[in-house]
Amino acid sequence: MKRMNYGQAIRSALLHSMEQDSSIFIMGIGVDDHKAVFGTTAGLVGRFGRNRVFDTPISESGMTGIAIGAALAGMKPIHIHIRSDFLYLAMDQIANIAAKWSSMFGGNASVPLVIRSIVGRSWGQGAQHSQSLQSLFMHIPGLKVLMPTTPSEAQGLLIAAIQDPNPVLIFEHRLLYDIIGDVPDTPTALPLGRAIIRRKGSDMTLVAGSYMAVESLKAAEFLSKHGVEAEIVDPVSLVPLDENRILASVAKTGRVIVIDSSWTTCGMSAEIAALIVEKGFHFLKAPIRRLGMQPVVCPVSKPLEAAFYPNAKLIAAEALTMLGRDFPKTPAPELLNTFKGPF
Amino acid sequence: MKAPFYSSLSSGMRDWKLYRLMLKIRMSEQKIIDIYPSDKIQSPIHLSIGQEAVAAGVCLALKSSDRIYGTYRGHGIYIAKGGDLGKMFSELYGKETGCSRGKGGSMHLSAPEVGLVGCSAIVGSFIPVATGDALAAQMRKDSRVVCSFFGDGAVDEGVFFESVNFAILKNLPIVYVCENNGYAIHSKVLDRHKQPSLARLVSGLGLIGKRHDGNDAPVVFKTMSQAITQARKGKGPVFLEYMTNRWHEHVGPGTDYQESYHSPKDKENNSRNDPIKKMEKILKKRKGFSLRADILKKEIQNEIDQAVNFAEKSPFPSLQSLYHDLYAESR
Ligand SMILES: Cc1ncc(C[n+]2csc(CCOP(=O)(O)OP(=O)(O)O)c2C)c(N)n1
Ligand SMILES: [Mg+2]
Repeated sequence: MKRMNYGQAIRSALLHSMEQDSSIFIMGIGVDDHKAVFGTTAGLVGRFGRNRVFDTPISESGMTGIAIGAALAGMKPIHIHIRSDFLYLAMDQIANIAAKWSSMFGGNASVPLVIRSIVGRSWGQGAQHSQSLQSLFMHIPGLKVLMPTTPSEAQGLLIAAIQDPNPVLIFEHRLLYDIIGDVPDTPTALPLGRAIIRRKGSDMTLVAGSYMAVESLKAAEFLSKHGVEAEIVDPVSLVPLDENRILASVAKTGRVIVIDSSWTTCGMSAEIAALIVEKGFHFLKAPIRRLGMQPVVCPVSKPLEAAFYPNAKLIAAEALTMLGRDFPKTPAPELLNTFKGPF
Repeated sequence: MKAPFYSSLSSGMRDWKLYRLMLKIRMSEQKIIDIYPSDKIQSPIHLSIGQEAVAAGVCLALKSSDRIYGTYRGHGIYIAKGGDLGKMFSELYGKETGCSRGKGGSMHLSAPEVGLVGCSAIVGSFIPVATGDALAAQMRKDSRVVCSFFGDGAVDEGVFFESVNFAILKNLPIVYVCENNGYAIHSKVLDRHKQPSLARLVSGLGLIGKRHDGNDAPVVFKTMSQAITQARKGKGPVFLEYMTNRWHEHVGPGTDYQESYHSPKDKENNSRNDPIKKMEKILKKRKGFSLRADILKKEIQNEIDQAVNFAEKSPFPSLQSLYHDLYAESR
């Protein structure tokens, strides 16, 4: 085992994969600069050359199509966007072309494309640099959607995504980049469609992914001090989704809160709630609850931004309400956000 | 037809106005840099220091009824178009009295009352929007013109060509102002285009494109004035490429000349092409320059201090306002 942070783990997966397979290449705005997309592409130009690691014009739609074409012709492109918000510009190529290809042509060919994008939330990113768009892509058949939380998952799922013959989108949350964790000595693919149990508990289930898994862990530690044991299921892979692990946890606890880093409407949390209602209704002791961003545009103003995002305190409060209990009067500094910025 | 209003400005008046606008932009951003470490401004900042002549020259040539659209690098055009300084600092502070009620931050300034419709943080995204504004001006037979500001990076986007093509097709009253500061984040124009003259990119579509010194405020003013005259007369759109320099890092208060993306000559070249020093060179030939300049700087400093004070004293928005303005009230 080695210890590294989330960004380093991504870099090691890229390095390892590119050494194994010369058809892999990386493109995207700024992948070759000194900031190297939060360090994830650092040194890769030096190692693999500018043919395999290159900056692009600011042309998301065109470049996505170009990546798709290269993928159809035997290459394995990895297209990186420093903000998920820019995926809207690539939407036509992703949704109408990449997602459709295999089916539309009866399985004649597939598009082995990986799209990494970073959810920009940190501070003050506002309306157009903070969005977390996993749900939009979950909606579209033909795409796989991953949301790794820890360094080892970031590494293992990226390798799996690169090996997958289909278009795979990976959403990396900016606030996860500082997390340090153990990763295997030799980077290895993790299976898609396997949820992770972050914490065991029997009183309720928190289904939470990406940065919301981190906030949920904080909430669960707090709840534990007050006699509530929450189980945390982190889907990690949204498409394919590990239905069994989610349902097994609900079967055990009978109470669920689904927490997403994005909006709730038609979102990942709605999909998981629907799954539980359809296949696990008889396990439920209480109505399912959901938490996500407030259903508005992300504001810059500090107090509004704080109220906009779900956090550990809100999760703990929701859990206690669900159990018919009041929020303890004791101070809970462990529930606060520690990100200092800038971004 | 009435003479264009700018011709009524004597060149002496004009130069002082340009100088004042540029100083106001530079000194305001200097203030932002000073405040930034305090974390009172929790919003990413993209400074226009070094690029003041474009904002000043273009905006002085426009009327307040003319409408402009900008980018996240918007402090300069906000100030030059006449936006209220107190409301700008309040916006950076995320206060209720900000020009976008504290919701937009530095990247989304707006001052519709003086014709700054808004600023976008998605590269190229307001080029078609500005073009649509010009379409409305034409349909409504308004005599106003529209100006779309964007960087050398925005011409990479397909939507730039789609918009420009439509504007030519319909002869729309719009001036496209490309601030070519040599870099899109850390990427040079030549890393993104074989054709380094961006003004020439559009000529094949039938658009008149010209490149000018964007660090010479009187040159910007004159060339923009000509473009406006053409657009206002219904003779169609113009593309102006102004060559200029960004002094600070792409985003943030610091400088990053030590980084590999910079040419070694950038720093020296930038200070040699300081638009404010260039203007001073012209003004120094006039009587009483230093006295007048001193008074001007004090006046501006005073305005800035008042603006910051206003921001500091203003309240944060109420928590309910998080839910306000998602939709407009039906009229
Ligand atoms: C569609 C889109 N892609 C990428 C980005 C990230 N980005 C922000 S600014 C920028 C560079 C733009 O450069 P330029 O147009 O020259 O403007 P400048 O910053 O130099 O003023 C990029 C790529 C973005 N904001 N929007
Ligand atoms: Mg630029």
